[in-house]
Order: sequence, then C-alpha cells, then structure tokens
Amino acid sequence: MDNLIIAGTTYSSRLLVGTGKYKDFNETRLAVEASGAQIVTVAIRRTNIGQDASQPSLLDALPPSRYTYLPNTAGCYTADDAVRTLRLARELLDGHDLVKLEVLGDPKSLYPNVIETIKAAETLIKEGFKVMVYTSDDPIIAKQLEDMGCVAIMPLASLIGSGMGILNPWNLQIIINQSQVPVIVDAGVGTASDAAIAMEVGCAGVLMNTAIAGAQQPILMASAMNLAVQAGRSAFLAGRMPKKIYTASPSSPTTGVIGS
Amino acid sequence: MIALTINGVAQQLHASSNIAELIIELQLTGKRVAIERNGEIVPRSQFNNTLLTVNDTLEIVVAVGGG
Repeated sequence: MDNLIIAGTTYSSRLLVGTGKYKDFNETRLAVEASGAQIVTVAIRRTNIGQDASQPSLLDALPPSRYTYLPNTAGCYTADDAVRTLRLARELLDGHDLVKLEVLGDPKSLYPNVIETIKAAETLIKEGFKVMVYTSDDPIIAKQLEDMGCVAIMPLASLIGSGMGILNPWNLQIIINQSQVPVIVDAGVGTASDAAIAMEVGCAGVLMNTAIAGAQQPILMASAMNLAVQAGRSAFLAGRMPKKIYTASPSSPTTGVIGS
Repeated sequence: MIALTINGVAQQLHASSNIAELIIELQLTGKRVAIERNGEIVPRSQFNNTLLTVNDTLEIVVAVGGG
C-alpha cells in the first residue's frame, strides 16, 4: 500500500483539508467526506460568551473519533501567540499533539514569518508537539525546520486563499529532494490540475481549504480534488515519459502503411 | 462579585469563585472549551480547584472551522 506516514501514523489519503469558509456544518461534513481526507485542520478561537451552548459545533459535524484533527495557528503573528494557541488546542483536544504551525508576517499577503515560525517550532517541539509547519518555499528554511524536528514541511504553492496554483515547482522539487519527512503543499491550490501537479512533482500530500470551499459546488470540487491527488500520485509513481522537445515520435508502427 | 478580563473584555461575575463555577455562570456547560488563566493553561481536571482572583485574565477558546 502506498500510504502517507506522518510522525509514525499511517494515512491512506494524501489530501488534507481545511474546514473554514463553508456555508454550514452540513456542507463542511459533506465536502470533507467527498474529499476522502482523514486529516482536517481546525482553528482555535475565543468562544462567543452568551451564545447558546446547545448550538451544533464543528466537533459534532466531524467527530474527532473519525478524523485526525490538525489544530492550526492561523491568524497568529508572533511565536508566542502561536505557542499559546497550540497549548490551548492540546488541552481542548485531550492531549492531541499533532499540530499545524503557521505564523504569519503580513495580513495582506498572509506570507509566513519564518523567523517567528522557527522560534515557535523550537518551543513546541521541546514541549512534545508534533509540528507540521507551514512555511515559504525557501529550501534553506525548510531544511532548518526539518533538522529541528518538524514532522512535515508544508511550503506554500502560492498565497493562502489565492488559488494561483503551483507557482514555483522547481523550489518544491528542491525541498522534496532534500527532505526525509513528508513535504505537503499547503496553500495556493485553485483547482484539480494544481493538486495533480503538486503530486506529480513528488509532494507527499496536499492541504487545501479555499479551493474546495470557494468552488461554486464545493462537494463536487472536493471529489475532484480527491481524484486529482490520487491521479497525480499515481503519475508520480509511474514515472512520466521524458519530454522530447521539438521531436515527435509516432505511436503507431511506421511500416506496413497501405500504398507504401 | 469579581472583576475579570475574559477574552479581552472586562467583566464582573457574581457567582463564581473558581473556573468550574465560571463555566456555569457563562453558560458554557457541556461545551468543549479550553481555558488559559493569566497565560497558563488550566487543565479540565483542575477547573474545580482553580480559584479566581481579582483582575485575572482568561482566554476561553473552542475549535472552529479553519484552514
């Protein structure tokens, strides 16, 4: 079996999905089911004091018994805030220690602040967290994060929520070639072909949210992404034919053509 | 009555001397939350034993949809 292994745990799906931006929890649930994802990211936010506690929650729609929750630090701009958020997440999720670290540097581009990211990763790893880390596609930073003990390197393909696709497959390739831990594209995928390209380049997985939640029909797109990730992975394993620039090569026999 | 800052907002609570009572007073019973008091996590098992003091700063969080 061709499985994704993160921090010693085996997953059959290589698609990881976010749970934000859906119209309601039912749509979230149906989209996650269609995606085939086993790992779902969640955000940690202040509770609305005074809100009816009997209101359905995300945990009801996506039972933690069935999915691996990946609490994230989206919205954090300092190492300190990210660390505090994940300590709260670990308490919230009964000691669950697999987390997605993301420390942003700028509210406009949502580009990661790699210096704060490295600081936060250091503390979290010391405290026993298994850190999957969102980062830029800088191979030097990626290597540093891996050497520190991050369990997955998650470079952006393009800006978060932009849907611009895989803008620098060459950098991704460098990171993939140098990494012993899974490299998972996180952010920037817009449509199924983007996910397939990420997998064909050799990524271990793809993490996306807006590409599914922001589609006209999120559930149909979730299933398209499921297929694309599988197709891309198979193509990677199969090994593509070499490109022959300006040189055609017929697929049919060149002899025995009638009238010759 | 006790003055606290909860999720960034100054509040006066009337019937709470510890975290367990605070959960009831804020009508969060049965809701899965995690609590940080003055920068330190309060484990769920310690809600009863963790006394509130004046001007405590609390963060009360839940899991929500996110990417």
